[in-house]
Amino acid sequence: MFKATVLIKRRPSILDPQGVAVEKGAKHLGITNIKSTRIGKLIEFDVDLSDRNEAEKEVNLYCSKLLSNPIMEDFEFKLEEVK
Amino acid sequence: MNLKFGVVVFPGSNCDHDAYYSLRKVLNYDVEFLWHKDTDLKQSSVILLPGGFSYGDYLRTGAIARFSPIMNSVISFANKGGIVIGICNGFQILLEAGLLPGVMIRNNSLKFACKDVYLKTENRETIFSAEISEATKALKIPIAHGEGNYFADIELLKELEANRQILFRYSDEDGNVNDENNPNGSQLNIAGIVNKNGNVMGMMPHPERACDPTLGRTDGQQIFKSIANYILN
Repeated sequence: MFKATVLIKRRPSILDPQGVAVEKGAKHLGITNIKSTRIGKLIEFDVDLSDRNEAEKEVNLYCSKLLSNPIMEDFEFKLEEVK
Repeated sequence: MNLKFGVVVFPGSNCDHDAYYSLRKVLNYDVEFLWHKDTDLKQSSVILLPGGFSYGDYLRTGAIARFSPIMNSVISFANKGGIVIGICNGFQILLEAGLLPGVMIRNNSLKFACKDVYLKTENRETIFSAEISEATKALKIPIAHGEGNYFADIELLKELEANRQILFRYSDEDGNVNDENNPNGSQLNIAGIVNKNGNVMGMMPHPERACDPTLGRTDGQQIFKSIANYILN
């Protein structure tokens, strides 16, 4: 069994209206040294396989087919073995 | 070919009944609902993916609906040349399914935009627009969305223009396309596009909400009448 942690980031070339708005909030709060806020997603799940290669394959498929949209997002993940 | 609209019902669809009502009660066309867990398109000649918030818009708009059992049938129907129209969330589903190019991101205002807009018809030589009269400078049709900001890279935008795939652009009531009348930040003011083959169309505005004269706007009829006319003739 593996615990997977997936990080999904919007491509740098794609506008992130949420990030822009959140950064405006920061300015209202008086936090003024913040630049280029980008909002992504962190997704965690368990993979019920014992072989790391097979687990990586499964997670890759999940990420590329459903969790991310390859047109606008990139993903990376790590697998941690758990008992 | 017989004319029959199949309106797909996903969990979270909320414009399915509006579409059914306009097609059946206002325009008097044959219509049937298609349940997302089914795979049978029930001999529909046109598939309509309605607006709403399918699967709660979780993950990304349209991302989960795209894998519904019915969508496999819709995708093969479209790939064989079948006519498919996606409205609002239906457009987002078509993008996620890869039946139309590009992606939809959050409105640049970050606000849910709910109002009447005007649409310039850029191409009247499609299944979806042939009956839009030349006298109509711009169609008046409402929008209601939070993620209708159409994004495509420069190459794709060039391709869309070269192939005349841009069907509708946000404009003023005289059909002038400008930033002022862009409600969501869409590139090139894109409100609706067709695929390369011209049989799949997606649009963010809601033509089904602009059919019944009681509601004070009927421009949406021209889109459905175009489809009907294409099939019946």
